[in-house]
Amino acid sequence: MNILVCMKQIIDPEVPVRDFRIDPVKRQAERGSANLVPNIFCENALETALKLRDLIGSSKITVLSYGAATAEESLRKALAMKADAAALVVNDGNPNPDPLTVARVLAAAAQKLGGFDLILLGREAGDWGSGQTGGLLAEELGLPCIAFADNVAAVDGKLRVRRQTEWGWELSEAVPPIVITITNCEANVPRLPKVRDVMMSYRQPLTKWTVDDLGIDAAAARAGDAYYEVTELSIPQKESVCDFVTGETLDEQVEMLARRLTAITGAL
Amino acid sequence: MKDIVLCLFATAGFDKAAQGLTGVAQRLAAESGGQVYAILLGSGAQAIAAEIAPFVQTVLLGDQAELAEYQPELCLDLLVQICAKLQPRAILLSSDTYSQELAPRLAHRLAGSAVGDGIALTVNDGALRITRQVYGGKAQAVIELKRTPAVAWLRGNSFAPATAAAVSGEIKPIAETPKADLRSRIVERKREDTGELRLEDARVIVAGGRGVGGPDPFKTELRPLADLLGAQLAATRAACDAGWVSANWQVGQTGKHVAPDLYLAVGLSGASQHLAGISEAKNVAAINTDPEANIFKHCQFGIVGDFRKVVPLLRQKLEALSK
Repeated sequence: MNILVCMKQIIDPEVPVRDFRIDPVKRQAERGSANLVPNIFCENALETALKLRDLIGSSKITVLSYGAATAEESLRKALAMKADAAALVVNDGNPNPDPLTVARVLAAAAQKLGGFDLILLGREAGDWGSGQTGGLLAEELGLPCIAFADNVAAVDGKLRVRRQTEWGWELSEAVPPIVITITNCEANVPRLPKVRDVMMSYRQPLTKWTVDDLGIDAAAARAGDAYYEVTELSIPQKESVCDFVTGETLDEQVEMLARRLTAITGAL
Repeated sequence: MKDIVLCLFATAGFDKAAQGLTGVAQRLAAESGGQVYAILLGSGAQAIAAEIAPFVQTVLLGDQAELAEYQPELCLDLLVQICAKLQPRAILLSSDTYSQELAPRLAHRLAGSAVGDGIALTVNDGALRITRQVYGGKAQAVIELKRTPAVAWLRGNSFAPATAAAVSGEIKPIAETPKADLRSRIVERKREDTGELRLEDARVIVAGGRGVGGPDPFKTELRPLADLLGAQLAATRAACDAGWVSANWQVGQTGKHVAPDLYLAVGLSGASQHLAGISEAKNVAAINTDPEANIFKHCQFGIVGDFRKVVPLLRQKLEALSK
């Protein structure tokens, strides 16, 4: 099976709130001293591909990013996790392109890389979190799409895909090719690459393109705002001051806690 | 192109979120001088039709046999057919699984633009601007949709409900026939929340995080505590990914968005992605060993302490107070 995993590199979303800064003019977060990391849902997607390959064998996993040159590091990590091939379309335009732009670039790159039976993406990115790239990519490629999957298995050439809903799960049967977006679960926590494999990954080939290589409207791709535009970015001031319970002993403190809780629940 | 379409999947009922969504549709239609069409899909759509009719001009009912249960490719094709005919200015949906799955694809097929998880909506020179949380709940962005129709899925709880019109809307069956797509079909469904209230509707929630340490304290400490408070149990992503509790319990940016009167956070640090799921909570309280934990910057009251000592004592006190 030919599997494509689209991955995004983002500023570490685990940066503590007190260290988080934005540039309201550029309308994006400031990196500061934070690391750039692969988006966790994209790594869940890669782990899903790796587990599927472990299950069915004879599969090739390609990872693809549309991003800044730094995204190469995240792709090397994916190779170290034993993806077979990697490609980067270097973004030298709008650093925050709208999801349709991203989908068009990924679709063109996917077609240039060859036919895929399965295309996996994370359900959304931890920075802008539009949650649209997978669905729009499916439309660009004319493929069906299943979102929020947490398990992908192959049986008799068909895919059995389980996805989460608010109240449980749904199981689909799908005929490849298809686009699937992945959500987190216990079974797709990404494996840790060995340090040695990360070093070795830099010896592997990595295809690099720009939007000029893809046969699409490069100017529109660089502008990246024909679908939607960010007109404002701000940090809402919404912090409260916690009224800690008082008391000399734990017993007194918990008594106060109990009263404050029942003052609310008793009124319902 | 003045009309507004709102689309609801019957599984959620005409809940508070759906009512807020209807309010937005009504106000948007008034602004453009158009009508509101409500498309209701799924078995159970009939019951919602009666509840929503007083607030819209037309209800299009899709509860025929082949639409009784959601199928993504089928429902998408149907919505595209209906909207291609109606040519609405905007299409509004809720923030449930099905809406999130279909909205971007619906926008693409209609050559429009979509954006999701909206908590506020304005019109600027004819274009829709939607406010949404970004960067894992640490920031807020305003997004302007550039193409028509504007497709938006919204957190309905953030919006005021509609007001009843003088004349109730007409209820009609959907005339279009969806095209079946055999490439992908849902073949099995499993509910894992039998007997429990939806977290989205719960008025009191006790949530556990990484600090709870394992699956057992959820059962032995937090469950009895929740029972005493009349609460539902929830958890952070860390607790779910560790396999301690069911994935359905996850509250947060990509989990459930809840709006309880009281949210008691136990052994959870308050990462922004988690807080993004409780922005509508009226009161937040926390039990945590770390006085610097981020959760304490987002709660009204709390206690610095080990839940293993606090919760058993708290249960005793609550039992005593209930007598």
